Amino acid sequence: MIIGETPLPAGALGVDAVAMTMRFGDFVALDNVALKVRPGTFHALLGENGAGKSTLVKCIMGYYHPTEGDVLVGGREQAIANPKDAHALGLGMVYQHFTLVPAMTVAENLVLARDDVPAVLEWTKEKKQLAAFLARMPFKVPLDSRVSDISAGERQKCEILKQLYLKRRFLILDEPTSVLTPGEADEVLGMLRDMVLGGDLTILMITHKFREVMAFADEVTILRRGKLAGHGKVADLTPDNMARMMIGAEELTIQPARVGGVGEARLELDKLSALDDAGAIAVRGVSLAVRGGEIVGIAGVSGNGQRQLVEVLAGQREAESGEVRVAGDIYRASREEMRRHKMSLLPEEPLKNACVGGMSVADNIAFREFDRAPFASGGWWLNRTAFRDDAEKKIAQYKIKTRTPDTPISALSGGNVQRTVLARELGGDVEVLIAANPCFGLDFAAVAQIHAEIMAARNRGAAVLLVSEDLDELLELSDRLVVMFHGQFVYEARASEADLTEIGRHMAGH
Amino acid sequence: MTTDTADGVEAVGVAPAADPGFLQRHGTTIEYVLIPGAALVGALAVFGVFVALFGKNPLDLYFYMYQGAFGTWFSWQNTLARAAPLILTALCTALPAQLGMVIIGGEGALLIGALAATGAALALPSMPPLVVQLAMVCAGMIGGGSWIMLSGGLRQYRGVNETISSLLLVYIALAILNHLVEGVMRDPASLNKPSTREIGAANMIGSIPGTDVHWGLVFGLIAAVASYILIYHTVFGFAARVAGGNIRAAKIVGLGVGKLIMTICFLAGASAGLAGMVEVAAVQGRTNANLAAGYGFTGILVAFLARQNPLAIIPVAILLGGISASGGLLQRRLGLPDASVQVLQGIIFAFVLASDALYGRIGFLKGKS
Repeated sequence: MIIGETPLPAGALGVDAVAMTMRFGDFVALDNVALKVRPGTFHALLGENGAGKSTLVKCIMGYYHPTEGDVLVGGREQAIANPKDAHALGLGMVYQHFTLVPAMTVAENLVLARDDVPAVLEWTKEKKQLAAFLARMPFKVPLDSRVSDISAGERQKCEILKQLYLKRRFLILDEPTSVLTPGEADEVLGMLRDMVLGGDLTILMITHKFREVMAFADEVTILRRGKLAGHGKVADLTPDNMARMMIGAEELTIQPARVGGVGEARLELDKLSALDDAGAIAVRGVSLAVRGGEIVGIAGVSGNGQRQLVEVLAGQREAESGEVRVAGDIYRASREEMRRHKMSLLPEEPLKNACVGGMSVADNIAFREFDRAPFASGGWWLNRTAFRDDAEKKIAQYKIKTRTPDTPISALSGGNVQRTVLARELGGDVEVLIAANPCFGLDFAAVAQIHAEIMAARNRGAAVLLVSEDLDELLELSDRLVVMFHGQFVYEARASEADLTEIGRHMAGH
Repeated sequence: MTTDTADGVEAVGVAPAADPGFLQRHGTTIEYVLIPGAALVGALAVFGVFVALFGKNPLDLYFYMYQGAFGTWFSWQNTLARAAPLILTALCTALPAQLGMVIIGGEGALLIGALAATGAALALPSMPPLVVQLAMVCAGMIGGGSWIMLSGGLRQYRGVNETISSLLLVYIALAILNHLVEGVMRDPASLNKPSTREIGAANMIGSIPGTDVHWGLVFGLIAAVASYILIYHTVFGFAARVAGGNIRAAKIVGLGVGKLIMTICFLAGASAGLAGMVEVAAVQGRTNANLAAGYGFTGILVAFLARQNPLAIIPVAILLGGISASGGLLQRRLGLPDASVQVLQGIIFAFVLASDALYGRIGFLKGKS
């Protein structure tokens, strides 16, 4: 620090990013973006995936060095060369995913996060200081519990407490509520808002949930494709204004209306149990029937057995006990059964679960049909022309943006990978559709298209099982809603009559 | 920070579809030639240093290596005869690699194949040669195929790592061979070197007309081309590439992964078993410990150098066959120890494995998309 320089103001810090431009090769991730976060405010940063939100905050935190532009902290220009410099200035960041050590206690995690951990720790002294620190904080966390034993909501509180313990006065939160129930989210954000009002803290929150922006933020900045799309006081804006700024002029696929009656039970789970990778029981004897022309949504905080349930249905995991029946027949996820029952699967993380990254888009589209005419002549010889013709047709129909049908699918963006899987899975007749977080991390256009496709499949009489961590998505699409907690179905309601607080309570296991 | 990776991926998707240029369109193909080529040159350079330590001129070394491998018609024939089993044993590694498996036990399948082929010939003493030869081919392939299928089965049904099990099975195969050759199958006349009885001159498969290169080379070429067609042009190969590329994707479309593993392992082992049959029916005329000449292990090197591509195996096997053929000349002209070429093979293997890290990282070949 330069001698004679006035020290940074105490209390909440303001941060300005001025004329930020960030290029990666030919790609412009940020184009002359300005962000002004006033001290002692709760500021939301909105934008679709790929809009440049993460790039912007990484430039502020010193992970990236912007091609052009400056960062002002407390009104003064600062050269932030690395995250350490940012920390020294009092800037901190809470990531979407937890960074705590699960096998250690909360107290140990807090102390170890410090830059100046002494070689020998006097735990009695440290504990006393921690307790004194906690007394000043609005959050309460059990200091002596292991992180692995506390709930997701408490972990998120620990992450935030860790930043406060490290005396950070400007906090960036990257989608902090994605792993929380609505109740937990409101609690955590409400407490943070109180601290902001108290003048100790400034918050910049990356999010895509309008509800949270409306309820907690003072100001909002919106990015679209690396450019500033708008900013202003939340009080002057409506979710519609903000959505329009995020999407721009792009036209969204219109979701078909819910029509048609409910048919016979198509997909039945009977006392189905499954283990997770560590051999612990993840799905505990669940039973459910999904009928034709019906979307059954499964809600729950991530990690309550939904993934294992979907894996059993997808043939990626053996059931431990119980059975699955499709159209009355026992189902073991063989190719023949999937074909006979016209089953389609839209798993989460499609590149990891449903595609071969090194194979072409055309090949990936053909995974379900390659061993039949016209793709296979005589049942064994691949007919490349058929692959290409079918791919070109589906690329156009599903608006997949790819340079050629022969481009490896790993070169496509997340939305286009998911569109490729949609083209494959929904390109033919569908009688049973199983979808898991099908829209995770996708932009509005892709989400609208996928929702429309799922609704259309339902209207054509398919039985749809939709597993999602996004309650809004479930409420919008489902006919019936089931809450999964600790591997069991704990609550069921018609989606039209479902009560958000009631669902949230069951998601948290109360 | 999932949004971050999404940023990066998005970057590829929204790029303008301008003509990417020659380097970008063929960047991957160039890489597949350039990187193993550079690894080979690097290995030869290090081997040159090794030879210089013996007080020999490395330039002489390179000259004699060329002479011994490709300099004359005689050395070409020697090279091709050595390449034949290498093509077959390399397929034993390259085929399972399509499924994401690393099988390094081709030597074991070769030995079992040789034993089975010899057994078949000795069991049919009065049959016409063509029948005996056909029986030897079938026995060799079934023997070798079943051997590698053991590794596949252990992996699929017992979760045993196929790399380790296939390697350990090499030693079991060698022990079985020694046990039989020194026991029930021993020719009482073979005193110093326990061997089986000869399969008989009439049953030998002989040479391609006009050359001293035996028909094993043709077997190898057919097997390599057939493997290529199988992998890239058939339904079976497509399913194998899906399962090898991403097992979760294969399961979600209901492909029977177990069946794929067992079939591929059988074909891989059958190929190495055929190499064993060729060594018996074209070179040795009987089974003894001479068969454990390391063709199975050199085949692993060939497969890796060829990036597990069945067609690329052919030139690479000829190159490696040439290196091993030049060993004799190096010994005679430069007085280098016999094992020198094995040192070179080891150096090449180390370079090839290390060069794996370079794929996708060579700046001027990278697509700026």
